Amino acid sequence: MAIDWFPLWLSLRVAALATILAVLIGLGFAYLLANFEFRGKEGLDAVLTLPLVLPPTVLGYYLLVLIGRDSVVGRAWEWVFGGPLVFTWKAAVLAALLHSAPLLIKYARAALESVDHSYERAARTLGAPEWRVFTAVTLPLVLRPILAATALAFARSLGDFGVTIMLAGNIPGRTQTVAVAIYDAVEAGNGDLARTLVIVISAVALAILWLANRLAPVSERSRAGSVL
Amino acid sequence: MIDVRIRQHFPARPDSAPFTLDMKFEAGGGVTVLFGPSGAGKTLTLDCIAGFVRPREGRIAIGETVLFDGATGVNLPARDRHCGYVFQNYALFPHRTLRENLDFAAERLPKLERYRRVSEMIERFRLGEIAGRRPHELSGGQKQRCSIARALLAAPRVLLLDEPARGLDQSLRADLYAVLRQVRAEFATPVLLVTHDLDECFELGDQMLVVHQGSVVQSGAPRQVLDQPASEDIARLLGRYNLLPVEIRALDPGRNTSTLRLGETDLHGPYFPGHFKGDRVILYVRPELLTARPRDGRLGANQCPATLERISERPESVRLDFAGGIGVVMPRLDFERYKSSNSKEWVVEFPGVLLRVL
Repeated sequence: MAIDWFPLWLSLRVAALATILAVLIGLGFAYLLANFEFRGKEGLDAVLTLPLVLPPTVLGYYLLVLIGRDSVVGRAWEWVFGGPLVFTWKAAVLAALLHSAPLLIKYARAALESVDHSYERAARTLGAPEWRVFTAVTLPLVLRPILAATALAFARSLGDFGVTIMLAGNIPGRTQTVAVAIYDAVEAGNGDLARTLVIVISAVALAILWLANRLAPVSERSRAGSVL
Repeated sequence: MIDVRIRQHFPARPDSAPFTLDMKFEAGGGVTVLFGPSGAGKTLTLDCIAGFVRPREGRIAIGETVLFDGATGVNLPARDRHCGYVFQNYALFPHRTLRENLDFAAERLPKLERYRRVSEMIERFRLGEIAGRRPHELSGGQKQRCSIARALLAAPRVLLLDEPARGLDQSLRADLYAVLRQVRAEFATPVLLVTHDLDECFELGDQMLVVHQGSVVQSGAPRQVLDQPASEDIARLLGRYNLLPVEIRALDPGRNTSTLRLGETDLHGPYFPGHFKGDRVILYVRPELLTARPRDGRLGANQCPATLERISERPESVRLDFAGGIGVVMPRLDFERYKSSNSKEWVVEFPGVLLRVL
């Protein structure tokens, strides 16, 4: 039988985009949390971690309220881009982002906080401005753990089901990701399709986890176990 | 000229007692050593000067440049202070080769000029053969030289060294001292060095500041400080004296003499201005200045009977510890002569004119 590979490509594309956004957002928040003291810091950390523990339906509900067609954000989006955000593949990116960004924030914060500050201090005494300290000293020192976290975030983005189906729906050829397609195939009694997609997505996830473990230093591996 | 006057209070925490840093000192050219026990606030002072820690009040200036002034709110960021800092762990960037580490310090120079300056520094500090290696492939001494070279490349106003000899063995220490003497001779940069090692003060220091519980308690040339500690606390910090409680029995300014009662013995010393007959004071005298021999016959002047408790062998000398807290360090050859006598009863002779009291 002919297998429709669209859900797999869509999932990879959505996961890639979500991961890129997650790295940018994650590094930003992690830098903030690791380097500055401010009121409500741990509260912010808790809110940012919440998506890791809340049921997907709860997250989906929140997001529907936040970006639905009647919400302020939803209307602004329609005004700027001329179409709704919900039930498009962009909403699937948002759903994936909700799971990958907290992961990255957690890892990147831990990595940034574990950097021996004497390196950064040394760079400052040598006259380097803050951006140069970050790009030339801090970032290279945390590159491996952050790449490992990025790989994990990508794997996590690939597998979202609950939030995606609430936010992006299940429109074959448009918003149907692998996880949703597998559910659909099982419901429809299409065992061959379900089996194939399950095997492919498992292999991809396994490969990414292997990569993440190769990237993370030994001490990071035990931490990876505790976050997941 | 470095002018430091800073105050900072650290309230008590579950894991530490309250601490007040109250440092006032001036340091000229050459090497100024901050000497004191760990926890005295030495490294904290360096961190305030470098701009890592903000004091609550005070002023830090190097020459005409004010780095920090609590009253006017001046507080230059570390990158604008131009303080070379050599960290205890050297803080060489682990992902960069030695040459790239040096390049980082000269980044703002034009490429050709940078290459010339870095190469010159590599030559000067004998780093040529290892310039392409990463820090983890270097020995402690090489890392140290690289760290000093990197700090100097940025043309700092002052070079700050935090316990540079910690963790180095004897021969590497000698190398380090040679490098720092080279720095003193070849660069005009004043050096502030933190240590708790008195030998290092003598090895390197033009001036030493004794730091105790957050404050400078005495300053001067190392020799001068060692000869005349200003208080019993400082004498204890220096850790190089016999500190013996005595009573002043007689004082004669005319003949410049005094009599001190130590246990059952009268010692004759010089006149001590500012003290009175009957004062109970602390006699301080370095163990190398005392002589000792097994007891035979009568006691002479300034000789005190003492019971030998412990013998510690050293490469060039022997230290004898007697009951009552008297320590004597004598040359090995002298000790050999008395070795055959197994007596515990000895005589310790005090050098009359060299006795000092606190």
